[in-house]
Amino acid sequence: MEVEKRNHNLNRDRKDQPKVKKRKYLKMNTKETWAGYLFISPMVIGTSILVIFPIIMALIVSFTDWVFIRGIGDMNFVGFDNYTALLSDDLFIQSVKNNVWLIFAVPITMFLSLMLAVIINKHVYMKSFFKIVYFMPYISSVVAIAIVFQLLFHPSYGPINEFLMGIGIEDPPRWLADSNWALVSVIIISIWTSIGFNLIIYLAALQNIPLELYEAADIDGAGILKKFRHIMLPMVSPTTFFLLITGIIYSFKSFELIVVLTSGGPGYSTSVIVYYLYEQAFEYLRSGYSSAISIMLLLMLFVVTALQWLGQKKWVNY
Amino acid sequence: MKYKLIKIIITVFMFIVGIIFLLPFIWMLSASLKPEIEVFAYPIQWLPSEWRWGNYVEVWSGQFPLYYWNSIKVTVATTLISVIVSTMAAYGFSKIEFAGKNIIFLLVLATFMIPAQAILVPQFMLYMYLDLFDTHLGLILLNSFSVLGTFMLRQFFVGIHDDYIASAKIDGAGHFLIFRKVAIPLVLPAISTYGILRFIWTWNDYQGPLIFLRSDHLTTVQLGISKFSSMSGEFYSLIMAGTVSAILPLLIIFFIGQKYVIEGIAMGGVKG
Repeated sequence: MEVEKRNHNLNRDRKDQPKVKKRKYLKMNTKETWAGYLFISPMVIGTSILVIFPIIMALIVSFTDWVFIRGIGDMNFVGFDNYTALLSDDLFIQSVKNNVWLIFAVPITMFLSLMLAVIINKHVYMKSFFKIVYFMPYISSVVAIAIVFQLLFHPSYGPINEFLMGIGIEDPPRWLADSNWALVSVIIISIWTSIGFNLIIYLAALQNIPLELYEAADIDGAGILKKFRHIMLPMVSPTTFFLLITGIIYSFKSFELIVVLTSGGPGYSTSVIVYYLYEQAFEYLRSGYSSAISIMLLLMLFVVTALQWLGQKKWVNY
Repeated sequence: MKYKLIKIIITVFMFIVGIIFLLPFIWMLSASLKPEIEVFAYPIQWLPSEWRWGNYVEVWSGQFPLYYWNSIKVTVATTLISVIVSTMAAYGFSKIEFAGKNIIFLLVLATFMIPAQAILVPQFMLYMYLDLFDTHLGLILLNSFSVLGTFMLRQFFVGIHDDYIASAKIDGAGHFLIFRKVAIPLVLPAISTYGILRFIWTWNDYQGPLIFLRSDHLTTVQLGISKFSSMSGEFYSLIMAGTVSAILPLLIIFFIGQKYVIEGIAMGGVKG
């Protein structure tokens, strides 16, 4: 009986103890919580007003037939009409296709950058000089680059075609003026501008590979190609994955280059989703329709990201 | 010895490849200093027959100084605000425990996926309503709340050992004091890296001014050169002088701070 009572008391004590502690912890926590909210509030409020609220608005407006110059009152809900119209809009489909073509720039850039990174990492003097060289286009404004390439690609007297004709190609492509070649030109320019970023990231990844791995491979008598295939590629695969995701997402966002370089032309041959969205929104003022494009774009980016996350388990070596 | 020789040969070869890679820049610089008729001369005269510094004088005697001043104002203000906002948020998200932290962070991070173009229309409406359209303030606010910056800096704050902060707390310091005296000095290199990157991105921003500015007297450099190039039509040497002027300050900043920029990009990339 005594023992039981004591036990009971002990149990009660044990039960009470955490309660006291918890309250004290909670008190400290509220102070911490307020400090936390204070620190993040500028960021969170700014993002809420400038990003989260607009994206919700875009979703709502995408179900209406609203035209910007008409007042808010003149807004009718039309259900999924904008979305069904989009799916049969040839220009929209053309823009989506062009975006898919643009994605080809990503693996090409990554391949070139990896090759350059391997050479620059081990086999040259003046390493930082080379880093600066390839990084320069990344620093320069897209507008300046687009203006320069407009002249370089000029069909009749641009230096590129002068050179091609000089080495005996009689009928060089008309680049940006030819709807079959315009997108290729855009791809070439975007490869040129993004090599620097990919190169820097790959260089950092290569430097993180432990030297012992190579030494072990040397002892086993592995050749350069074997080392490349079985050590380097698997070791940089997380980087490859990162560059692939960011590269593809970035290619969906290439707006400035298209606006300045081609304005989507000739004949929508370089129109991409974001350009078509811009044109519908700010030239034709079709707010409802362009909002539907926004939401579609967002869904596509979501699918791309999700697919890549699912796929990475198969080939990324962490 | 043999290895050294091979390395020298590869360096020379790579040097030539590098020069070819930079030809567009070299061409631009050379064209900007030429008389108009030599711009498209073939074979290309890399060195002008006479150096036309007058091209620059002509470009700079127009609206260019004003565009420059506008860009400097917008870029400096955006960089300052963005660095402060992002550093604070990064500290809050990494070094303070509070209710709902992870959910809010995920929500903020998720907005990174939204392409800027997808929200242009509602932002435009919002700016009209708030009278921020066609103002520098609106343009500055547009780029001041960077998820990327917050994420990047948070990575660095996570790297600071909690003991630093715990011991400061035992000494009775509040979070603002710790933030100012302990945390910021420790991540200062990361903050300067982000600051330089934000400066470059804002200076180069074209989409923001294109959509949210209308008045000529508010125009920034990037919008300015695109206007200038469509107005000047056939005066390519002048257009090139304009583009060189637009990217030169950035290249100078890059050359000075290249270590910060390149290492920052590399770190952010590999960690992100």
